[in-house]
Amino acid sequence: MDLQDIIIAPATPPGEGGVAIIRLSGQGCVYLAQKFFYPSRSFEYPISHTLYHGYLKNAQGIQVDEVMFVFMAGPRSFTAEDVVEIHCHGGQQIVSMVLHVFLQAGARLARPGEFSYRAFVNGRIDLTQAEAIADLIHARSEKSHSLALSQLDGQLSQSLYSHKQSIKDSLCLIEAWIDFPEEELPAEDICSIRNGIAAAVRQLETMICSYNTGRLYSEGVSLLLLGKPNVGKSSLMNALLGEERAIVTDIEGTTRDLLEEGLVINGLPVRLVDTAGIRESCDPIEREGVMRARKRIDSSDLILLLIDGSRAVDAEDFSALNICSSSKYITVVTKSDLTEKIDLPVEFSEKVVHVSSRKHEGLDRLREQIYLSLIADSSRDENSILLTSQRHKVAATSAVNCLKRFIKALDSSLSLEFLATDLREALDALGGITGETTTDDVLDDIFSRFCIGK
Amino acid sequence: MLVGYGKEYQVIVVGAGHAGCEAALAAARMGCSTLLLTMGLDVVAMMSCNPSIGGLAKGHIVHEIDALGGEMGLNADATAIQFRRLNTRKGPAVRASRAQSDRMTYSARMKKIIESEEMLDLKQATVMSVEVGERGVRGVRTREGLFFASQNVVLTTGTFMRGLIHMGLQNFSGGRAGEPASLGLSDCLRDLGFSVGRLKTGTPARLSQRSIDFSKLQEQTGDTHIRGFSFLNNGLDVSQLPCHIANTNERTHEIIRNNLHQSPLYTGAIEGIGPRYCPSIEDKVVRFPERNSHQTFLEPEGRDSSEIYPSGMSTSLPPDVQLQFYRSMVGLEQVEIMRPGYAIEYDFVEPVQIRKSLETKLIDGLFNAGQINGTSGYEEAAAQGLMAGINAARRAMHRSPLVLGRDQAYIGVMIDDLTTQPTREPYRMFTSRSEYRLLLREDNADQRLTPLGRDVGLVDDSRWLKYEAKQVEFSKGLRVIEQRRISSSHKEILDSLELGDLSQGLSLKEVLRRPEIAIEQIVPFVDELASCGAEALEQLEIAVKYEGYIERQYQQVERMRGLEGQSLPASIDYMHITGLSQEVKERLAEVLPETLGQASRIQGVTPAAIAVLSIYLKRWKKEQQN
Repeated sequence: MDLQDIIIAPATPPGEGGVAIIRLSGQGCVYLAQKFFYPSRSFEYPISHTLYHGYLKNAQGIQVDEVMFVFMAGPRSFTAEDVVEIHCHGGQQIVSMVLHVFLQAGARLARPGEFSYRAFVNGRIDLTQAEAIADLIHARSEKSHSLALSQLDGQLSQSLYSHKQSIKDSLCLIEAWIDFPEEELPAEDICSIRNGIAAAVRQLETMICSYNTGRLYSEGVSLLLLGKPNVGKSSLMNALLGEERAIVTDIEGTTRDLLEEGLVINGLPVRLVDTAGIRESCDPIEREGVMRARKRIDSSDLILLLIDGSRAVDAEDFSALNICSSSKYITVVTKSDLTEKIDLPVEFSEKVVHVSSRKHEGLDRLREQIYLSLIADSSRDENSILLTSQRHKVAATSAVNCLKRFIKALDSSLSLEFLATDLREALDALGGITGETTTDDVLDDIFSRFCIGK
Repeated sequence: MLVGYGKEYQVIVVGAGHAGCEAALAAARMGCSTLLLTMGLDVVAMMSCNPSIGGLAKGHIVHEIDALGGEMGLNADATAIQFRRLNTRKGPAVRASRAQSDRMTYSARMKKIIESEEMLDLKQATVMSVEVGERGVRGVRTREGLFFASQNVVLTTGTFMRGLIHMGLQNFSGGRAGEPASLGLSDCLRDLGFSVGRLKTGTPARLSQRSIDFSKLQEQTGDTHIRGFSFLNNGLDVSQLPCHIANTNERTHEIIRNNLHQSPLYTGAIEGIGPRYCPSIEDKVVRFPERNSHQTFLEPEGRDSSEIYPSGMSTSLPPDVQLQFYRSMVGLEQVEIMRPGYAIEYDFVEPVQIRKSLETKLIDGLFNAGQINGTSGYEEAAAQGLMAGINAARRAMHRSPLVLGRDQAYIGVMIDDLTTQPTREPYRMFTSRSEYRLLLREDNADQRLTPLGRDVGLVDDSRWLKYEAKQVEFSKGLRVIEQRRISSSHKEILDSLELGDLSQGLSLKEVLRRPEIAIEQIVPFVDELASCGAEALEQLEIAVKYEGYIERQYQQVERMRGLEGQSLPASIDYMHITGLSQEVKERLAEVLPETLGQASRIQGVTPAAIAVLSIYLKRWKKEQQN
């Protein structure tokens, strides 16, 4: 394990906790973190063990989240190295975005047990705990290994594996051309290798793009119900769930807190989040609920904007629309069993579904719309591969970078040994998932494919 | 029976092949009284197989041997009959030199060099056993009953230990065609506790030159400009002999296929493992049935020899079948065989039993080098011989061994591989074995190794001055091209380099970085460069053109340095470390890696296992302190 790298990982378990903590460790991590942290009160160098409020922005300067920032100078930290923790809002999407910012900037995703390992190596953890940690590292890597094995038959691993094979085949040819220039080998047709690698780049890039969709499958979708009070959010939620979960009354503003329920829509795990109705209220509890709903909008994948079909559209509907207009949403016209009095203004989205929670009408269409809005626009065909974990994404991304460098080097007529360097690095990048490719593997290939021996 | 020979040597080298000669010369040149023992004084530095030195990766190794102050490069340069530089159209890291050698002259010159080395005695004797005392090796005992005392012994036994020659279904004891095997020594090593294995290699028949119709064959001549192997030689003037290219055909293959039942390879008579990169012709025919022809280079064995070596045609079929299939080839219709080809099996000592100094882990002062370590090739053997000789001498002088890193030399890659990975076949060097290939070039072997050779005492003043002059020219040249800028006012340069109108000025370095511009085009305009030697200019060009890639390799070296710097004590009990899988424990206990870096290269050892190991290393150190 490399002790010089800055490593990063979420320190809180995945899921929808209110707050997530992302931890960075390693020399220079504070400088890295400061590049993206914009404090509300500026400072030159953070005081150790002090919380700072501010905003995290990505490399393009776009705000990712409102965060708290704390720097813990080594050795007074978990790993005894300089550590920075970013406290952001919970929810996988935000956590992923924060991770992404730092991974792009050169931090490396921590391996299982790596923070504990560093803590030990730096003498932070007592020697008597050494064995426990060794076991932990062992157990975790075993677990990830068995996970990897269990995925072996899966499409994802197979697909990455076939990319590894084709890269290895190309490398094998190039190495043969380098090391055996006087043998009778296939002609040095670098063009067909280029085509093969370019195809691999395209496919891997599609896979990387599918990461968000894949993440939806593995981590679930957050679906927010939004609308003015008594529009029928709780009824719809119950109808979708098929059970009485939220309290449904005719008194406006009954739902004061966020209620969450899980269900599966077309194979997609969905967390349905009910919110308090959107309206200006003096009730402090209700006001708090509205505030939370607004915050939740940023971390949700899709919003169901509910409009009461039995009444005319009013200002409160418009203020709900304003809240979600910059997010992905579907307009759901409720109470379609009652006489429809609504004439939906053009401002509302093209995607409109009419439902009756009471009569269970329109629910299938709604489910389909939900599925399509989340999945269909990621422009993939049913048979393509979904990337589901950050680890896979990191591996595929760095492999793509190496392969692109390969193509660039090839196009600028660099000699074979430079091209081989790039291919080797691509194989190394995939190695964490598909298994290492050793020199002997490549040599084995050369000797079995080509008749070498002068 | 003689108890002793009367004189104790500081270093004894057993075997005078390519490994033994380098070992003995190195030890003697470093000032140690050295004895070189060979079974035959007439076969010093003999080329048992192909009469050539160098090639991909091997040429690199010869340059490294030369840069450290070894003899092989000089000997090959002095006795070559043809030179070819391979991969000249590829990048600098994979260009390699190869020479066809005059086999007998090569041997004679090496013998003369050895005989003229003041501190070195050359004697004919067959070593039967290594004598070991409480403090390690004491000396060697010969078949003639003599005992030679030394606390440092280098074994370079080649294919001679329990050598068994196969020709068809006949087999007989022998170390090389016409020479006896060495019997007894490998039993002695087994008794001392070494694990001894068996390998196989082969060689083609030698054909009579006057029986070949060269008019039917394609000629291959040498290069017009010859660089040579040694950094001491600035271009060579050699009168060169051509090689010729012949091809097998369907008829050849049919003869071979019809006689496979007479091949010891296919009847199971051979137990040793042969190299896959050097298959016999029967292997090629069987494994690649779709090929209807295989190429062979007919290489002359010397100016005064009429023996011709057909490369890639090694065989263990019976001599009459050999004659049949050679005669089925165009140009060889009337060919006469002077010596038949054969396969040979021999004993080797599993090299995970040696340290990176090449000293055995089991017996202090005993070093193994060359084919005894499971390698193949003259260059690989010579490189190990050189390192074993250096380290035996350093041990005699109570100095720490010289160990080359994987980032420093192919020699370092080879020794690390040998001591880390299990032997599956005779080990040969390929450039792909090096993860830092772009750094390990022929052209910079002196920059990498000559200072180390100087430190150990093998680089004399003349080589050192030459080296220093090149370095000074290089750094001076680099300064100039970094600082000197050209702009639109330098019309003459712009036109000559076809740079067009430069809106902004460029440094010469930036100009040189362009792929289409060679350093020779710039030299005429820069007085400081005109005074630099061609070798310094070549370094300059490579350093600038490939800066990005080279820099990335240095970063990779740097990343590994942390692990390489952490040494693992030999006394660690791997079997009792919890958190390691049984397989990893067994591999670690077998290899006993010297550093965490080496441990990480053992197959099956995961990053997690390395983490566990480093935890134990830390605890172990703490316990040692208490």
